[in-house]
Amino acid sequence: MTLTWLVLAVLALAAVGYVMGRSRAMASAGGEIRALHSLPRYYGWNVALTVLTPAFGLMALWLLIQPVFIDARISSQLPDAAVSETTTRSLVMSDVRRVAEGLGQIGASKPESDPDEEYLSDLKSRLGGAGVALASDIDPAVYLAAERYRAGTAIGASLMWVAVLAVAVGGFAVSYLLTNKDFRARNTVERGILLVLIAAASIAILTTLGIILSMLFETRHFFADHPWQDFFLGTVWSPDFRGDSQLAILPLLWGTLYISLIALLVAVPIGLFAAIYLSEYATPRVRALAKPAIEVLAGIPTIVYGLFALITIGPMLRDYFAQPLGLGDSSSSVMTAGLVMGIMLIPFVSSLSDDIINAVPQSLRDGSYGLGATQSETIRQVIIPAALPGIVGAILLAASRAIGETMIVVLGAGAAAAQFDRGIGELVNPFEAMTTVTVKIVSQLTGDTDFASPETLVAFALGLTLFVITLGLNVLALWIVRRYREQYE
Amino acid sequence: MNDMRLIQRTVDMHETKIRASGVDVFYGDNHAIKDVSVYIEDKTVTAFIGPSGCGKSTFLRCLNRMNDTIPICRVTGKITLDDEDIYDPKVDPVQLRAKVGMVFQKPNPFPKSIYDNVAYGPRIHGLAGDKSELDEIVEKSLRRAALWGEVKDRLAEPGTGLSGGQQQRLCIARAVATAPEVLLMDEPCSALDPIATAQVEELIDELKQNYSVVIVTHSMQQAARVSQKTAFFHLGNLVEYGETGKIFTNPEDSRTESYITGRIG
Repeated sequence: MTLTWLVLAVLALAAVGYVMGRSRAMASAGGEIRALHSLPRYYGWNVALTVLTPAFGLMALWLLIQPVFIDARISSQLPDAAVSETTTRSLVMSDVRRVAEGLGQIGASKPESDPDEEYLSDLKSRLGGAGVALASDIDPAVYLAAERYRAGTAIGASLMWVAVLAVAVGGFAVSYLLTNKDFRARNTVERGILLVLIAAASIAILTTLGIILSMLFETRHFFADHPWQDFFLGTVWSPDFRGDSQLAILPLLWGTLYISLIALLVAVPIGLFAAIYLSEYATPRVRALAKPAIEVLAGIPTIVYGLFALITIGPMLRDYFAQPLGLGDSSSSVMTAGLVMGIMLIPFVSSLSDDIINAVPQSLRDGSYGLGATQSETIRQVIIPAALPGIVGAILLAASRAIGETMIVVLGAGAAAAQFDRGIGELVNPFEAMTTVTVKIVSQLTGDTDFASPETLVAFALGLTLFVITLGLNVLALWIVRRYREQYE
Repeated sequence: MNDMRLIQRTVDMHETKIRASGVDVFYGDNHAIKDVSVYIEDKTVTAFIGPSGCGKSTFLRCLNRMNDTIPICRVTGKITLDDEDIYDPKVDPVQLRAKVGMVFQKPNPFPKSIYDNVAYGPRIHGLAGDKSELDEIVEKSLRRAALWGEVKDRLAEPGTGLSGGQQQRLCIARAVATAPEVLLMDEPCSALDPIATAQVEELIDELKQNYSVVIVTHSMQQAARVSQKTAFFHLGNLVEYGETGKIFTNPEDSRTESYITGRIG
């Protein structure tokens, strides 16, 4: 709430700054716009931006740093006795934060004397009534820490108000005083806009970095408990929450790659041929109808594809192919998931390839027709080679989509990992149920399990491995596209 | 311009290769070519000149039915190649284009190696029995295009890596390799520097010993230098057609004179 007021205060100051900056500039030029270096609104924007940018920047930094800072302080003041054998300091700290939050909610004031047991158990029930359920009684040390935490947060919030407002007012004053008819407000606003754009780009990049770092930390915890040889080189996936799990990525990776391969075998030819038809043969009217119709496929949620796989494709494949051929009798199979995923990927391949084929210059087609080539000879020998880098890029992007897909696999191929010890025949049988890395990440993280056990942490190692694979594919795709893009220029 | 040289140029008579009579071309509702009749002789360079948008490129593209690739384009009238109607339904436009090759305004080498660029036509039409025959065709075509010396050590490199002038000569070699009977050139030198232009012009002069060459150009000097026959187009009409020397020194139509002397254009 107080944060909202602070934001509104800064915005109001900026609005006032806009009006005042504008009128000061006009006044300095004696009301003559042509005497100003920039248009009047630039002077207004200059003041407004100088108020907004540093103030909001400081606010964001403060909000990020304050909890970390207070946490570290309180944690270091927490006596060792408060951390019993069965818990860790970070678990106690999370208790401290919850109590502090609860105290804020029930509006408890600090008692005169040191709290006794009676007060604490009364407090626990009051906290429970406010929705803050605590497992054990509140330790006096935890209570004290929570009080300090609350006080620290309150002080921090007040300090932030003062600092942010000071920066905003300071920015206002400086830019307002600088405003006169010769001040180059237009150039300053230009730089300000540049800074805003850079900030937006940095947020996207920093988020990626943050994701990688958080995955890396959890993965390190996993490898501290579990030998990496078993993870990367083992062949059995059998998590067991009593310990003694075998957590190897190979069976899952095999499922992922097998299903993706089938998906690509479906999507690449169909998508590519559709793209060639649309860009080279279709009349404008057909194209105007067919292209959006194909792209509708891209808008269907994957869970709907999953349902299609579960109730239509799966039973159909089982009844007409798997059982008559004696290849299995499960409606969940690699083939089901692969086929449906392939259908999902068709619009990716066709839409991107269509754009790329259209980008091949008409002069190349003319050159080929001028030598007496037919349309399909021209497509095969000139257009596809010229568009190949882009098409490969499109295929690799589709491949990363396939590798990351979860819903279709759960509903189409089941959740049983491939079993290497049952022999190669079962492993390559497309009508066997199999599962992928992503499905196992979900199933390891859901459920009532200890978050620090290797059975849960393995999800991060799986996720990181998958991330590295798809990142590699994307980098490869970008590299191929860049490497060969300039061929017809 | 050296007028004396033009007048004294010997004029040989050749048999007619292409005869167009009463050709009209429409782009949708736009009447681009109006009742054009012209005959193009064998082993002769014929130049089409005229201001931009006068229809000379459009007419050129009628001669090998390249306009078929433009959906809104409609051609009426009669065009014969060796007394055979090329717009007859029995004629396969793909076969026709093998006989009537084309070089375009902008060099458009395929994104393939130099060798594969030249071998493209022969491969499509099965002109070579084996690899050594194909090698021979490629070498001969590159020699004819005066490019062999520059590229013989790097035939496997992409054709797109050559300079502009080299690319255009590669496109000419590519057209020559298909062994056409007529070669249509649509402003082949407009993207080239003077040195490359001179090379291409020299090449055109050599090509006329075997082919009938039709060249569209904006440069009247170029038309005067390379052609024996010149046709002047204006606003979709064929205004005047005759010996190059006569057109440039003693035109019959006042519009031709105005254009040549730079008063319209």
